[in-house]
Amino acid sequence: MTSPPVAARSWRAPGGASAGSLGRGLGWGLAASVPLVFLGVFFAWPVVSLVFQGFFADDGAGGRVLDLSGFAEVLSQQRTWRVIGQTLAQATVGTALAVLLGLPGAYVLYRCRFPGRTLVRGLVTVPFVLPTVVVGVAFRALFVPGGLLGWAGLEETFVAVVLALVFFNYAVVVRTVGGLWERLDPRAEQAARALGATPWRAFRTVTLPALGPAIASAAAVVFLFCATAFGVVLVLGGLRYGTIETEIWIRTTQFLDLRAAAVLSVLQLVVVTGALLASARARTRRERALHLTSERTSAHPLRVSFASDAVPVGVTLVVVLGLLVLPVAGLVARSFRGPDGAWSLHNYVALGTTGGRNALSVTVWEATANSLRTAAVATVLAVVVGGLVALVASRRPRSPGARRGVGVLDGLFMLPLGVSAVTVGFGFLITLDRPLGLDVDLRTSGLLVPIAQAVVAIPLVVRTMLPVLRAIDPRLREAAAVLGAAPGRVLRTVDGPIGLRSLGLAVGFAFAVSLGEFGATSFLARPDAATLPVVIFRLIGRPGAENYGMALAASVVLAALTATVMMVAERLRGDRPGGEF
Amino acid sequence: MGTHERGRGLEVRDVVVRYGPARTRAGRAGTVAVDHVSLDVASGEVVALLGPSGCGKSSLLRAVAGLEPLASGSVAFDGEDLAGVPVHGRRFGLMFQDGQLFPHRDVGRNVAYGLETQRVPRAERDARVRELLDAVGLAGYEQRSVATLSGGEQQRVALARSLAPRPRLLLLDEPLSALDRRLRERLAVDVRDALRSTGTTSVFVTHDHDEAFTVADRVAVMDRGRILQVDAPDVLLRAPASARVAEFLGLAPDAVDELIDEPTGR
Repeated sequence: MTSPPVAARSWRAPGGASAGSLGRGLGWGLAASVPLVFLGVFFAWPVVSLVFQGFFADDGAGGRVLDLSGFAEVLSQQRTWRVIGQTLAQATVGTALAVLLGLPGAYVLYRCRFPGRTLVRGLVTVPFVLPTVVVGVAFRALFVPGGLLGWAGLEETFVAVVLALVFFNYAVVVRTVGGLWERLDPRAEQAARALGATPWRAFRTVTLPALGPAIASAAAVVFLFCATAFGVVLVLGGLRYGTIETEIWIRTTQFLDLRAAAVLSVLQLVVVTGALLASARARTRRERALHLTSERTSAHPLRVSFASDAVPVGVTLVVVLGLLVLPVAGLVARSFRGPDGAWSLHNYVALGTTGGRNALSVTVWEATANSLRTAAVATVLAVVVGGLVALVASRRPRSPGARRGVGVLDGLFMLPLGVSAVTVGFGFLITLDRPLGLDVDLRTSGLLVPIAQAVVAIPLVVRTMLPVLRAIDPRLREAAAVLGAAPGRVLRTVDGPIGLRSLGLAVGFAFAVSLGEFGATSFLARPDAATLPVVIFRLIGRPGAENYGMALAASVVLAALTATVMMVAERLRGDRPGGEF
Repeated sequence: MGTHERGRGLEVRDVVVRYGPARTRAGRAGTVAVDHVSLDVASGEVVALLGPSGCGKSSLLRAVAGLEPLASGSVAFDGEDLAGVPVHGRRFGLMFQDGQLFPHRDVGRNVAYGLETQRVPRAERDARVRELLDAVGLAGYEQRSVATLSGGEQQRVALARSLAPRPRLLLLDEPLSALDRRLRERLAVDVRDALRSTGTTSVFVTHDHDEAFTVADRVAVMDRGRILQVDAPDVLLRAPASARVAEFLGLAPDAVDELIDEPTGR
């Protein structure tokens, strides 16, 4: 079996190790700089410019002077404190409810086995990606007089908003906590039971602490989403109810009070940064905790005869049917009722028009085409930029400085998740008329909307792809290198195929988020290039049963599009555990 | 044995591997994993690095492969200093404790990986994969998914993958430690036969002295980053250089004298 080595073939890479590692460092630097420049121009600059408006005032001689009177003024208004209070209350109650209801859901869907589990898991995920405007319209349809729950008197109330927020974020808790719970070694709990603990006590003293980091991480993310919710609050809250986010929108678009809006943006940044920090800390603890868990799944067949299974199943049934299915089913049913209340396709036929009394500049179908087009561009941008971030952030460089840099990059790209989309959209308007001194007005190019949507989608792309890339054992790359693969080849043959598994889901998320993006798009989309969510919002703002019916039908179309995209993406993902959401 | 006799094999000179802060600031250095180690492995020879966990044997192996930077010292092969040669240019093989098979490739494509990077023609590649799978007792496994393999089968595939590109030196990092005892003993013999029949120069890291004695021509006993003794198994058992070596080989210090009277200890 002895044979001469393959001497003629060169194994040696051109250049020595030092030149090679220098080149590699440069390559990674370049890979990191593309997303950094993108984030700098299309996120940091607009947001910072807007915030500056709050701190500086014209000095009357063409210059600007620091002026903090805006803060004093805004903070002395009772209205501001009411809005801050409502934001915090809404986020706190929404988060608490989502966690309380989500825990039994995580148990049933990830710790128990029953026929149709995959289907229910998919069903539970749909609300998370539904466009905010659609959810707003669906809950509104429930609570308006004559709606299914019209008798409850919840129209334009805090309760309605919170219920809609729980509808959205239930999936975040179920998936984040369930993903960890699924792999938690059941023997710790069994040991506690053998030591005489009741099921409840074993859960409280053994399982719950182990789930702690995942719960904290999920809660922080949910708090963030609840605190910055825009579309839902705008549609459901009416005029009496508002949060910092809607207040920023009202101050800029209705009162043209930029200073007050900027001050509120700063306040929101403070809230958001706090939640992000808490989330990051919980996440690192979770990644450490995950090492303690066993790889194989520890689900057991569902036993409804036991109270420990029956109670979570009951809670989950009520939530899934009452909170998740009912509003969507109600929306679909209402959309098939014509202005006279009879069953008909009238609302769908009307989607080819511009609405009653020409409420719109384009037909709803044209808006749908616009939506698909912009979402496609936004998805390409988000996946390229987010993919690069995930790739760079998944490296574990040897030098402590570079390692810190990688950590900072990871954190930076979470920021758009928390900064108000309204702030981003408005920042675009005031900065991008001459970006970087270049003589191109991006505002009229039609590229602005997809760019803004990409900024919003990038954090989701990163959070979907990064855990998968990070889970690659570094020794797998080492094995490839020892087998003669140069760094580029390792990337292509190891990181590539494994990372590709999460790409499908990342594309799905990016597309779904872009389709439904409302906060920034509402600022940026020109009336003749309006997207579906913008059109829906305009329709419900206009009087007339005709327009309202069209809004319902358009919402169903948008929801169906989004659900289809996510279903295809989930299919592409296969059975491998993906990212965090 | 052809070309193998020409070379001088592996020469490790005064190597230091350090973790933590690389540059000493105010005299502060990181943990020293390998502390001025020198070791020669002749062409075609199999040397075992034997020591308790945490003694630095894996770090030394990774340094030889080029996966850890040297704080000082040198690693040379056939007289060529490897300081400027990156991992993928060394023509070494490395086998991990847990195989590290590529999960997205089937068994055949795992074994073929090193041949693909060498751009070996397809037909030749397939023949080589078949030959190696046959050699490790897994003939016909080409299309199997690596997820369906048992631990022992995975290690056999990993061995075949490492041997396929005909490495100048094969580094084995506790390749059998994750397996149960019976399988470990049987596979140790298989590994030895595979290394002997291919004449592959090898360094075999283990914490199990039986395994070391089964596989290796010579055994280097390592402790706390230093090599205490390098000798053939029978010499090592007969004349341990220190009480620490004797202790690690499972010989009570006062039993050493008695052992010398026995024929070869095994």
